[in-house]
Amino acid sequence: MDSTAINNFNSDLAVSLSAFWSYFPIVFLAGVILISIAIEMYSKSSKKILPWFTVTALLACAYYSLLTVTDTGVYFSGMFATGGLTNIFNFIFTFGGAIVVLLSVDYIKKSGIYYGEFYILLQSAVLGMMMIAGAKDMIMIFIGLEQMSITFYVMAGLNRKRASSNEAALKYFLLGAFATGFIVYGIGLMYGTAGTLNIDFVFSNIFAAEKNLPGIIGILLFLVGFSFKIGAVPFHMWVPDVYQGAPTSSTALMATGGKVAAFTALILAFRPVLGTETLAVITPVLAVFALLSMFYGSIVAIAQTDIKRMLAYSSIANAGYMLIGLAAGNDYGIEGVVYYLAAYSFMNLGAFGIVALIESADEKNLLISDYNGLGTKYPVLAALLSLFMFALSGIPPFAGFFGKYYIFIAAIESNLTWLAIAGVIASVISVYFYLRIVVLMYFGKGESQVTPEITNASLIGIVISALLVIVMGVFPGSVINLISNF
Amino acid sequence: MELAEILFLAFASIAVVTAIFTVISRSPVISALFLVINFGALSGLYLLLSAQFLSVVQVIVYAGAIMVLFLFVLMLLRPEKEDKYFVVNRKMKIFAVIVGLFLFGQLAFAIFASDIGQTVSIESSRSEQIGKIAYIGENLYTTYLFPFEAIAFVLLVATIGAIVISKKKLD
Repeated sequence: MDSTAINNFNSDLAVSLSAFWSYFPIVFLAGVILISIAIEMYSKSSKKILPWFTVTALLACAYYSLLTVTDTGVYFSGMFATGGLTNIFNFIFTFGGAIVVLLSVDYIKKSGIYYGEFYILLQSAVLGMMMIAGAKDMIMIFIGLEQMSITFYVMAGLNRKRASSNEAALKYFLLGAFATGFIVYGIGLMYGTAGTLNIDFVFSNIFAAEKNLPGIIGILLFLVGFSFKIGAVPFHMWVPDVYQGAPTSSTALMATGGKVAAFTALILAFRPVLGTETLAVITPVLAVFALLSMFYGSIVAIAQTDIKRMLAYSSIANAGYMLIGLAAGNDYGIEGVVYYLAAYSFMNLGAFGIVALIESADEKNLLISDYNGLGTKYPVLAALLSLFMFALSGIPPFAGFFGKYYIFIAAIESNLTWLAIAGVIASVISVYFYLRIVVLMYFGKGESQVTPEITNASLIGIVISALLVIVMGVFPGSVINLISNF
Repeated sequence: MELAEILFLAFASIAVVTAIFTVISRSPVISALFLVINFGALSGLYLLLSAQFLSVVQVIVYAGAIMVLFLFVLMLLRPEKEDKYFVVNRKMKIFAVIVGLFLFGQLAFAIFASDIGQTVSIESSRSEQIGKIAYIGENLYTTYLFPFEAIAFVLLVATIGAIVISKKKLD
């Protein structure tokens, strides 16, 4: 390497190091993982310390991310960005991760996965998501994705004695590795045609050369791989089995943070090319995926008897709605997707939190019929679950409504009215299976058979999610304003 | 024909044939052995692309270390006794072959129809330099410093995960 290159690197490194406080959260979380390993090694009461240590650290990261949201910059030779959308995503990941810890404190005790490693894995998954959110280079997307996915494979199989958990882990691992193969092949083809891995450059210059078919196939393979990670039809086969078989608190993280992180990668990739020729190539693909996901998820969810499976199909349908926002390909669409991702995370965290509470020691009480008559026996739980179900089905004034509203408006804005209409029809279908639970809880005949032990930590987590769902629904404008600033 | 072309054709045909045999042979051990040959042929291809370091690593790490480990595990577990797990649905197989051929056709068309020479922006004179260990080392610790540090955590979490899943007594 010649001396000018070294000098350039040195000055860049000096700038990057002096901006330490802008990317502090990711370094901090990496340190927290190492400290947690030390605590787990040396402390006898690590299982009591780790959850609160993790919650504190993640909340600190979340607060810091919001505090430095205007502090934009790109560091480390154009590898890693901070500020703006990156920080908003970091907030969703870290705050969501903190809520997952609150939901798991007592759940992992009763479900036989009372290991301190659970929290270390959770922190690692959040670290991976933050790497994706800050990525400016394909290699960072890939490393972050692997960090997150490997953690999820382990978290799905954490309940080692249960066949369903092992099945979920193996299925997720094999199919996930397959999807990662698609992503890497896609990245390889794009690198081959562009000569660089810089996201902005690759996606905005893919049409600079004529007949750049390998580059287009690279983009499509990239899209296919991430469609798998977000669980969109036709790459959804793993979602119900994995969400059902994994321990409920792991599922809560996979269904929220994992999905948001995969969408983050898609948003990062397609944001530089909004309204250009590149997006015109992928819009039909995105629209078809969105249409299939919405209808498949909503219709098949009706037939489910297991609540975790139902929520899994609901997450497939939700991936469809969010894909509409991407297909719309304008700024409103991106804002709508980011808003909906946040809303979706907190709605699902609350719903999975209640499912984890109701679930008994031997993975019983997971059927929808077990929620029969819950309204009279546990009015608070029933009210909270009803709130999340109303929010998920998109009934105002909760956050779910405005998420769908912004996305559909964006679709109409870019002449995809048919897709918006299809989305509305799919949401109407989905109201049936969400509200079925509410009806069963309040008007179901017979006594409730479940006897959950309602613990403070879980309840706090659920109530915080509920408050966020309400606040985001009542003041959607201020959230959207924050997003649209960047 | 130049020597490089002859070598390319030889290595490429070995790679393709062994890859096919890896997929279709019934015994997992034989599959693994074909995969070793496939890796050898691939390392030859890397060498032709003047990626010396990658070629050596391919032989040492993949063909040498990882595949030997694979073979040991396969021979210890004797998976051929577990035939019932390998029941293949015939219709599924035909469908898979059709989809695979379709994807192959698309990729082949894309590569032949486009003017690759025009789209590749790195000058081929630099490719010789890129393959050297010194270049890789310099870039790893300058441009790719952040990913290099980040990937340490991937390895860390993989280690933790392997222990969590496989350790006999965990409490």
